[in-house]
Amino acid sequence: MARIELQNLAHSYTAKPAGPKDYALKPMDHVWEQGGAYALLGPSGCGKTTLLNIISGLLVPSEGRVLFDGRDVTEQPTEARNIAQVFQFPVVYDTMTVYENLAFPLRNRGLRGPAVDARVREIAALLDLTPDLNRRGRGLTADAKQKISLGRGLVRPDVAAILFDEPLTVIDPHLKWELRSKLKALHRALDLTMIYVTHDQTEALTFADTVVVMHDGAVVQIGRPDELFERPAHTFVGHFIGSPGMNLLPAEVAGRRAVVGGHALTLARGYPHLNGGSRVEIGVRPEFATLAPAGAGLPVRVRRIDDLGRVRIAKVELAGLPLAATVPETLSVAGEEASLLFDPAMVHVYADGHLVEGELA
Amino acid sequence: MDKPVNQGAWLLVLPVLLIVAFSAIVPLMTVVNYSVQDTFGNNQFFWNGIGWYQELLDPTTDLGGRFFDALWRNLLFSALILAIEVPLGIAVALSMPREGWRVAATLVVMALPLLIPWNVVGTIWQIFAREDIGLLGWAVNRLGIPYNYTADPLSAWVTIIAMDVWHWTSLVALLCYAGLRSIPDAFYQAARIDGASRWAIFRNIQLPKMHRVLLIAVLLRFMDSFMIYTEPFVVTGGGPGNSTTFVSIDLVKLALGQFDLGKAAALSIVYNLIILAVCWVFYTVMTRMDSGRN
Amino acid sequence: MSLVLDNVSRHVAGHTHVESVSLTLERGSLNVLLGPTLSGKTTLMRLMAGLDQPSAGRVLVDGRDVTGVHVRNRSVAMVYQQFINYPTLTVYENIASPLRVAKRPKAEIDAKVREAARLLKLEPYLDRTPLHLSGGQQQRTAIARALVKDAQLVLLDEPLANLDYKLREELREELPKIFAASGAVFVYATTEPTEALLLRGNTATLWEGRLAQFGRTPDVYRRPANLTSARVFSDPPLNTMRVHKRGAQLVLATGEHGAARGVLSALPDDSYTIGFRADHLYLQRPDPEAIAVAGTVAVSEITGSESFVHVDVGTDRWVAVTRGVLEVEPGERIEIFIDPRRLFVFGHDGGLAAAPPLVLAA
Repeated sequence: MARIELQNLAHSYTAKPAGPKDYALKPMDHVWEQGGAYALLGPSGCGKTTLLNIISGLLVPSEGRVLFDGRDVTEQPTEARNIAQVFQFPVVYDTMTVYENLAFPLRNRGLRGPAVDARVREIAALLDLTPDLNRRGRGLTADAKQKISLGRGLVRPDVAAILFDEPLTVIDPHLKWELRSKLKALHRALDLTMIYVTHDQTEALTFADTVVVMHDGAVVQIGRPDELFERPAHTFVGHFIGSPGMNLLPAEVAGRRAVVGGHALTLARGYPHLNGGSRVEIGVRPEFATLAPAGAGLPVRVRRIDDLGRVRIAKVELAGLPLAATVPETLSVAGEEASLLFDPAMVHVYADGHLVEGELA
Repeated sequence: MDKPVNQGAWLLVLPVLLIVAFSAIVPLMTVVNYSVQDTFGNNQFFWNGIGWYQELLDPTTDLGGRFFDALWRNLLFSALILAIEVPLGIAVALSMPREGWRVAATLVVMALPLLIPWNVVGTIWQIFAREDIGLLGWAVNRLGIPYNYTADPLSAWVTIIAMDVWHWTSLVALLCYAGLRSIPDAFYQAARIDGASRWAIFRNIQLPKMHRVLLIAVLLRFMDSFMIYTEPFVVTGGGPGNSTTFVSIDLVKLALGQFDLGKAAALSIVYNLIILAVCWVFYTVMTRMDSGRN
Repeated sequence: MSLVLDNVSRHVAGHTHVESVSLTLERGSLNVLLGPTLSGKTTLMRLMAGLDQPSAGRVLVDGRDVTGVHVRNRSVAMVYQQFINYPTLTVYENIASPLRVAKRPKAEIDAKVREAARLLKLEPYLDRTPLHLSGGQQQRTAIARALVKDAQLVLLDEPLANLDYKLREELREELPKIFAASGAVFVYATTEPTEALLLRGNTATLWEGRLAQFGRTPDVYRRPANLTSARVFSDPPLNTMRVHKRGAQLVLATGEHGAARGVLSALPDDSYTIGFRADHLYLQRPDPEAIAVAGTVAVSEITGSESFVHVDVGTDRWVAVTRGVLEVEPGERIEIFIDPRRLFVFGHDGGLAAAPPLVLAA
């Protein structure tokens, strides 16, 4: 079992941190529930790998505590915690066969003979490695090596949490799909806590039930993928999740009316009069902004249309402000004049980057 | 990558070629000539054909006997120093610091023995190991162990082996250290998570990754030790008796001591061929390792 | 300048890196080399640059055979996946280095460096060394350095692969504009089909050292010449199945059947392989003539904007993508639909037998 709790956890690489800038990880409290599938999502340098290494024991935090099922493990080394970690670069013992690789953690803990054999074969079957059991570690492909790394973690009977540090970076796109579904299926089959660190939102959102978005050492939002997508609590989350990210337009908001670039919009909720010092923006994702023939909605100039195969994205300008919008399959765009329709329920208001809760009329 | 072809470069190389021809190839041909003659250097030549070679390679003859004895001594010496220097070098490399100011300090200290001219090394040990005024020799004898390298063959061997280990272990250590440094941290972290013991980490991660540099180290040391001359010559002169007379020492004795130039020439040719053979093995193994790896 | 690869192959130590590839790249074009790792992209780029010699075939620049000519004598610039910059020089000096080597006058160097820095948004960083730059900025420096050379051939080998997702998006948007201004032949290698679609231009699909197809990107995407090209150019992976056409009926390997409509009706009776991308596998009946296929849900993935459902159908594993959030339980038996008018059909040799028209009549 592994219910992992972080209490007032922070980390600074300098001995005497003077202010927030010196912290690689700002003070945080979080609970990772047993059996959950979590993703730590954020750009390079946001602190996600630092956090992962603190949880796994490869790094001791400068402040705060880490508890596994109530037990303080902050100072304890990795071996004493019942976790496994899969790294970005596949770690495989070249001189041993796949079988011996998988058996390695068990043998190190003193298990012998038939117990080892049964467990190795069970995990190999789970990971589709059975035909390769007798091959040497050296000549295998990257995805096979990652599966072996994962297998070495799964094979231990006491393992309760698996941590992934950008494991699919070196894998080809085709195989990423396979491995991802394999990970998801594994999570369902085994009752393990899985924490997955990545900067790739597709990986994070498809794998996790709960996504923790990090920026600059702090947690910005935690939620289900669809929550993060439909209601980002912060403009950073709006920008970081979604390809392309959320459109953010400076606006004046009062009541149920927003004025953007001289054009008025009706909002789904009512807001107090916002302005006077704070930076007010409305945010709407390209998926909820649809291009329409001129005259149907807000007037825009079409700068460019990208055909992404299953969707077309239009880059437009509303009174000089850049926006991305979806082009419906049936619409053929001629010339630069068009208009934009928003889904009002998906238009959000942000003040200084934070989501403002509106009142339903 | 295919290297650029520049025909003009040959002109620059021509002077060097001429010098090499003059100082190496012509004398080499002279030696080959001498090896098929019977001569004592006084310009009198008697044709001997492959006679010297036959004698050399026949252990029952005087010359052949000498040669094979010296050859076995060389092989024994090389085997012994490899058996000591390789594990010792690995052990030293494992304990060398990986970060901080100590790295630079350690590297300098490790490099020092390699920088000393070889005959100076010999001279140092010659004095150091003397049982009357040498620190080592005197101390060992005081401890009750009889030790006299000028009189006792075993002591002589111990001395020159100790000297070689002192001189060259750093090379093995430095090469292995370089190999170790190239192992990414993720491997150590993964091994810790797998619960691997220190020994298991060594066997399964460090040793395989050091495989290539170890091969270089072993082959370099083998070749160098097989050709050894200066250090043992300065310390023991080949004695006591001929207990530390290696092929190189014997060759010099033959050529410059006895002036038996025909035999010496043949011996030097054979010695050269043996070393060329070792070099060829070196080259083949290295290139096969390279292509195997790719 | 135009670049032609005439039936080039490269074999190294018994391994075939590239086999019989012929390509014609026009002046001012952006060409994407798309394929998985070890498909020959880097080898081809090195052959184009003159860093390696082909084992067979010729390389022609503007009609001249330059096969033996070393890269130093060709007009080439290259950007690598690992950010390659001179670590001790400032950004300014890094960008200026090829011009200094060519001994251009100072004023010209300054003007060109500043222009390149402007294009790549490096102006605030001109005085920094690469160590003090983020990954994205380092790669921009490398690209700027390649641009100032004014080379006629610019090669980019997966330049964005080591960057964060969002940085990749940013640069990907900017690159085509930067390329368009230059007029050189650009060659861009990538493993991701989405990048090829975003960069437009032409795409060459590669697989195991062979060229599967080369043409305008939308054409290669919508009319794959063969099964290999279709597979390479699909993300999520292409859904395929063996089918049999009998008269007016299309019979699937799993037994379901439906009317052979659209371009399928003109095909001779035979067995084929059908291929279709994830967005043409429907979780709800799109129209009355669609063929229903029974399957079991293996995995379902939600990104918020889209949902991916992996379904086991017979011995095949298919992926369907749909907009929005769709929750299905693994293990659930569901019905999924394919539209016979939207299928690629491939013959026994893998070549395209039929493809849907580019604009589908309603």
